[in-house]
Amino acid sequence: MAKITFITSDNETHIVEGDSGSVMELAVNNGIQGIDGDCGGVCSCATCHVHVSPEDISKTGEASEIEKDMLELDDNADAYSRLGCQLAISDALDGIVLRVAK
Amino acid sequence: MAESRFSNRICVVLGASHAGVNFAFSLRREGWDGEILLFDSDPELPYHRPPLSKTYLTNGDTIEKNLLKPEESYKKEGITLRLGTTVSTINKEAHTIILEDGDVQPYDKLVIATGARPIIPPIPGIDTSKNVFLIRSAKDIADIRSALKHSKSKRIVIIGGGYIGLEAAASLKKTGADVTVLEREERVLARVTAPEMSNFFKELHTENEVPILTAKDVKAIETQKGYNEVLCTDGSRYIADILILGCGIRVNQELAKEAGLDIENGIRVNSMARTNDKDIYAIGDCTFHYNPHYDRFIRLECVQNAVDQAKVAAAAICGKEPIYDTIPWFWSDQYDVKLQMVGLSEGYDRALVRKEVNRDNCFSIWYFKGDTLLAVDAVNNAKAYVYGTKFIKSGEKIDTSKLLDSSIEFKPSNLLAE
Ligand SMILES: Cc1cc2nc3c(=O)[nH]c(=O)nc-3n(C[C@H](O)[C@H](O)[C@H](O)COP(=O)(O)OP(=O)(O)OC[C@H]3O[C@@H](n4cnc5c(N)ncnc54)[C@H](O)[C@@H]3O)c2cc1C
Ligand code: FES
Repeated sequence: MAKITFITSDNETHIVEGDSGSVMELAVNNGIQGIDGDCGGVCSCATCHVHVSPEDISKTGEASEIEKDMLELDDNADAYSRLGCQLAISDALDGIVLRVAK
Repeated sequence: MAESRFSNRICVVLGASHAGVNFAFSLRREGWDGEILLFDSDPELPYHRPPLSKTYLTNGDTIEKNLLKPEESYKKEGITLRLGTTVSTINKEAHTIILEDGDVQPYDKLVIATGARPIIPPIPGIDTSKNVFLIRSAKDIADIRSALKHSKSKRIVIIGGGYIGLEAAASLKKTGADVTVLEREERVLARVTAPEMSNFFKELHTENEVPILTAKDVKAIETQKGYNEVLCTDGSRYIADILILGCGIRVNQELAKEAGLDIENGIRVNSMARTNDKDIYAIGDCTFHYNPHYDRFIRLECVQNAVDQAKVAAAAICGKEPIYDTIPWFWSDQYDVKLQMVGLSEGYDRALVRKEVNRDNCFSIWYFKGDTLLAVDAVNNAKAYVYGTKFIKSGEKIDTSKLLDSSIEFKPSNLLAE
């Protein structure tokens, strides 16, 4: 079980729990504003962009190559950007804070 | 909450798929606090369609794993789903729709998101053949899975080498089935890509032991005991325990047409997704709409268009004046290859192929008209897809000799024309 905090672009904080699937699915299932997941989680739409809080990046790891490339679609992407659909939920993610990209 | 000008008003949506569902949620976000009713003939909770020909076809997941939104979201947002309910008439004068069972539902605003349905080609014998399937709905997939389970020899013939046919071929091959694709044109994906891309996919399938047979015009299907035989005009015959049709789609525009709405190659809408009736909008696969970037009317079959047009219609209904202005994009997954496409290549006069050094199956095709970049198809190359998107949007000119030179590091600033 992982407890994950999402902070939306309106600065709303949502703490939700998940034990499987991806961070994108968890967000969509909990109606987190700004995470759309239009491609269904196959790294094709970049509508699941989150910024990992810097102290949590060791837990999530950095974006993979294709993810980094896709993130370039968004001028606001940074070293802490990930695509939520490429982040599998596991106990290792417990406690992380994710800011939903604008 | 205070009463708004939308309170006590009803927005009815025909079709609860990518367009209709995204519209309903966007409408709430835009401030509509009246009723929202979504009607769909499909009894399932709305789901993602793209996986139907890809992973979902064979991965054994239930449809619950593939939903657009969880059931609770609709309740939470006060969106009423009327699933398994077919709408049979729009009466725009009375501001009502009539359901299959005769019930009448009034509306203040109506949104048509009826999408499209697969074409069943008029091949003699097709009506009486066994195990003939389409790929558009969750039920289609359930039927194919069940046929596959009950078939011993698993000989599958797919008629049509478009994206859906090719994706289905790749997915089914993974289950160990014996798959053949028959395409009427001289090459697969002929309508949508350059010959280089058609060749690439033909080879990819051949390497995976899926024969892609082109210039195959099917003239009849004969059903024998337990299997079908597909006959082509060149005299060839193919045995199919399971036959899948991927022959393109037809727009679900009959309701709109009968209601007297403007129809061309789809339901004609303006840049706010509104039809010629001020209270009726149309979004998604069923629309014929203007694309400002390419300066022409088009019809699209892609998630991007369904979702983005949905947002525009929602904003317009809530009193804003949005303009639908997007660059279309699309993807296709076959085996371990990801194809990503951006833009509209139609009308190109040059298609340039950029290969990446030391990377197999990693290239991109850049479609130009004069020195204007129209579209990019990228194979296992998200960079090319992203850079293509940026160049198409910005209109910056590309130095094509640099583009073709794989020894130059691939980044936008290195590709700019002086
Ligand atoms: C197998 C497959 C793979 C695809 N792959 C991709 C892909 O990789 N990328 C991509 O971008 N796009 C893909 N697409 C296209 C994408 O799914 C469509 O563009 C998208 O579904 C369009 O959404 P829509 O809501 O406009 O229409 P649809 O999804 O067609 O939905 C229309 C809905 O309206 C309902 N309806 C119609 N008439 C009535 C009526 N009279 N009463 C009640 N209900 C009615 C239908 O039941 C249906 O649920 C794929 C499509 C298929 C079928
Ligand atoms: S859901 Fe489309 S890229 Fe993540």
